[in-house]
Amino acid sequence: MSIDRDTVVRIARLSRIAMEEDALEPMAEELNGILAWVEQLGEVDTEGVEPMTGAIAATLPQRDDAAQAGTPTDDLLANAPEADDGFFVVPRVVE
Amino acid sequence: MSADGYRIRGRDGDWEIAVGLEVHAQVVSEAKLFSDAPTAFGAAPNSQVSLVDAAMPGMLPVINHECVAQAVRTGLALEAEINLTSVFDRKNYFYPDLPPGYQISQYSRPIVGRGHVVLDLEDGAQRSIGITRLHLEMDAGKSVHDRRADATCVDLNRAGVALMEIVSEPDIRSPEEAGLYLRKLRSILRTIGTCDGNMEQGSLRADVNVSVRRSGEELGTRCEIKNLNSVRFVMKAIEVEARRQVAVIESGGAVELETRLFDPERGETRSMRSKEEAHDYRYFPDPDLLPLTLDPAWVEELRAALPELPDARKARFMAEHGLSAYDAGVLVAARAIADLFDAAAAGRDAKRVANFIMGPLFGALNRAGIEVEDCPVPADALGALIDRVSDDTISHQSANTVIQAVVATGADVDAVIEEKGLRQVSDAGAIEALVERVIADNPDKVADYRAGRTKLMGWFVGQVMKASAGKANPRAVNEALRARLDG
Amino acid sequence: MSALTALTVAGARAGLAGRAFSARELVDAHIAAIEAERGLNAFVAETFDRARAGADAADARIAAGEARLLEGIPLAVKDLFCTRGVRSQACSKILSGFEPPYESTVTANLWAAGALMLGKTNMDEFAMGSANVTSAEGPVVNPWRREGDDKALVPGGSSGGSAAAVAARLCLGATGTDTGGSIRQPAAFCGIVGMKPTYGRCSRWGMIAFASSLDQAGPLTRTVEDAALMLQAMAGRDPKDSTSIDRPVPDYAASLTGDVRDLTIGVPAEYRMEGMPAEIEALWAEGVRWFREAGAKVVDVSLPLTRYALPTYYIVAPAEASSNLARYDGVRYGLRVDGDDPTEMYARTRAEGFGREVRRRILIGTYVLSAGYYDAYYLKAQKVRTLIARDFERAFESVDAVLTPTAPFAAFAIGEKMDDPIAMYLNDVFTVPASLAGLPAISVPAGLTGDGLPLGLHLIARPFDEPTLFRAAGVLESAAAFSQRPPAPGATP
Repeated sequence: MSIDRDTVVRIARLSRIAMEEDALEPMAEELNGILAWVEQLGEVDTEGVEPMTGAIAATLPQRDDAAQAGTPTDDLLANAPEADDGFFVVPRVVE
Repeated sequence: MSADGYRIRGRDGDWEIAVGLEVHAQVVSEAKLFSDAPTAFGAAPNSQVSLVDAAMPGMLPVINHECVAQAVRTGLALEAEINLTSVFDRKNYFYPDLPPGYQISQYSRPIVGRGHVVLDLEDGAQRSIGITRLHLEMDAGKSVHDRRADATCVDLNRAGVALMEIVSEPDIRSPEEAGLYLRKLRSILRTIGTCDGNMEQGSLRADVNVSVRRSGEELGTRCEIKNLNSVRFVMKAIEVEARRQVAVIESGGAVELETRLFDPERGETRSMRSKEEAHDYRYFPDPDLLPLTLDPAWVEELRAALPELPDARKARFMAEHGLSAYDAGVLVAARAIADLFDAAAAGRDAKRVANFIMGPLFGALNRAGIEVEDCPVPADALGALIDRVSDDTISHQSANTVIQAVVATGADVDAVIEEKGLRQVSDAGAIEALVERVIADNPDKVADYRAGRTKLMGWFVGQVMKASAGKANPRAVNEALRARLDG
Repeated sequence: MSALTALTVAGARAGLAGRAFSARELVDAHIAAIEAERGLNAFVAETFDRARAGADAADARIAAGEARLLEGIPLAVKDLFCTRGVRSQACSKILSGFEPPYESTVTANLWAAGALMLGKTNMDEFAMGSANVTSAEGPVVNPWRREGDDKALVPGGSSGGSAAAVAARLCLGATGTDTGGSIRQPAAFCGIVGMKPTYGRCSRWGMIAFASSLDQAGPLTRTVEDAALMLQAMAGRDPKDSTSIDRPVPDYAASLTGDVRDLTIGVPAEYRMEGMPAEIEALWAEGVRWFREAGAKVVDVSLPLTRYALPTYYIVAPAEASSNLARYDGVRYGLRVDGDDPTEMYARTRAEGFGREVRRRILIGTYVLSAGYYDAYYLKAQKVRTLIARDFERAFESVDAVLTPTAPFAAFAIGEKMDDPIAMYLNDVFTVPASLAGLPAISVPAGLTGDGLPLGLHLIARPFDEPTLFRAAGVLESAAAFSQRPPAPGATP
């Protein structure tokens, strides 16, 4: 499997990372280099092996259903690039 | 089965429809699914948001035990498989009201597996609709587009609230069945207290998958209609979408697998113009969470603690009180009403109570614009009012007036009766005096009556009632008139 | 160099307790050292006023006989930890100006034990790197130099600022985070001790995430005992982190008995990497000899899947990162570059805010999770990861710890290995397997290269067996008697 220019365009869009036209080919090459290297995993027989999704075997802890006051709105918005009357503000969503 | 009769008449033959529903039900809990922020509806923007909900750097989810319990209760009430191990996955996509850039959901291993919901059709038949699965996931925030012309405003109060997504099989065959399914599901959720079922506030929303086929053929390509927030819209959207699909196919086109929106004003569905490539959600197990494991003994405890479910209650109403299947079904459709009936019927004529609820009470609620589920009338008030009718203190007619006042203001039944002067006159002497006066004033009518125009009895009753300013007990008036005229 | 900055944590504790000096004097000595060594670019924020105020409070507590475990000990904190009201930016432009209204659990634990924060340390952007050259704040300079060569060297990464600061005596210890070797490899490059605890031992709450199933906080110190003391304060169950484990925290320093006669140390042949410098191989053999001389049993052990650990890591870590870093979208905090709609705003913000290596890893991670490739890459890697963990389980049936080199080479010059990502990734070839398996591991400075650069030896132990790890590391430390110091302050440009 190898990554071409269009694939870079697709994953860059999925990742929401703008890319200059002339950066696409070099990035495809770099990514292909990494992929070619990781493909050596194909040599490992993983038939019937369960995937490891976490580094520990334990049961999921659960919290009690007790609500605390939310973060003060001012604190919540303090780092926001744009806020207006208690709202976060983003460029208009075009539906 | 009456629903089998639903067909869309095409140009050259009939079409069946196949519908599946994905219902998003907001879980009743104090705190959110993965954070301790409160879930109350209607707070000031961004006032019920934890650092976790806002996806601040380094924040981590910890699951709310009660939300897990609510999902299990719901699964049990749907007679579904409870999966003792389930996994939370990340569904990755960008949207301004989705702070982490992913929704924590359950993809390949949901907490609840196959179950079913039984529908009571109008002709008394039943149909079972399969439940494919139920999983837990977090809600997104709210994007407000009408606040500013130049920008979208984001409120994260809802972000992280627990939802149950309940997916049905494509077993539904008509808009009516879809309506019944949704109402039945809502009644189950309300009965067990896992979702308040409030569609106006968005606590219950449905996505509808619709496809059409000629009788006996394979299921056609489906379209998904997103985010319907009333039973009426669900039914209407199914109908118009099915017609659209038939029209597309009959004009030589093909239905495309796509997501559509229902426009209730125009009564049509339309494609969500998506400039984006097909979604690629890149699901993978959330490494911030471990698999959720349930203790089978705990699941059994929850099962034992479930309240009586609507189907069982309906059967009991029929067996204990001799109600018809239809009446029993109406009463159990809303938990508040079923509870009211149970309490008010104790020691009273159950059919009379049922009739009063479905007649004057529903009428008064409707007039006041109150959902039956939110009925504010306490059982003792309802019982007292029914008793006042039974013992002739007031007339049936007056009972309507009283129940409207009780619904509107919460006033005391007896106080309303006195205040409005509704107490009827049953005193024999008083009524006889009125009867005498009417007879004395109308000798010609008396003669006519006695000559055989017995229909005039109604006129006499009316005159006496009028003379009593409507307060005389009509039954007593009737008796007194008959005794006097026929005697 | 002030005598106070040459102390260990343990030595400083003793000195403070015996009133040989005050916490304020200790802090002031370190502030002076930091000011003299700004050329290292180890710190990205200085919190001197806060450290001084904390020192005065510590002196009061000491005077009142209420000293806690790390009372008055001046530390540095990697910029990956969120610290209330102090910049916490993972050395990324995308978090420009971010000052969290909350404190990470690990740092909160340290402050609750009386430790003091001198400042935040430089690091590879979002901990993605092995040379501290991907930082938005510029590279960190390793205080060490090759003999007869003034070329600035990398400190390793990603906890490069922390490692350089500890090595240059700018603080008594520092927090780091380790996802694939980010504590242990820079510790080796800088001639100090770096320890990664078992996954789940320290809370990840408030630590800016890189790869959630791998990230662990740990200490960087100049001695094994200091690492034990720091971990003591850092570790513990946190109800805010679902992956933190509910187990008592043992007295780690007490485990340093110096006696390893009951231990069996395994030496995995698979770590004998092609092209590894002979002096690293020789140091490793020396380590074996030291353990034998101390009375431990040393045996060969096989970890057959070792060579697949690095490619596995470079699928798993970017995949998780691609999702973890989705929250940096210019909406709630950090950088925003405007656009006509949110999608354009995101794409511009993220292109501008993330550095090249971070962008590369997000793209790879997105690709390996995407439809059609998930099974071939991500799922496959998670299965290999299971097998790698099983390798260790099997090995630990017969050994108590595994001994390997920490890195396949010593520190290199800033600018080297920049062209080929895979060459850079090889830095972590020996540290990544323990990360994938979630095991505790430690790097101990053990010798010098021919041109005078430090080298580390690396020990890996069973899950939650930090006591054995510290005990073995203590013996290694004593035997190696590593006493060399980087050049004195001012000798660096």
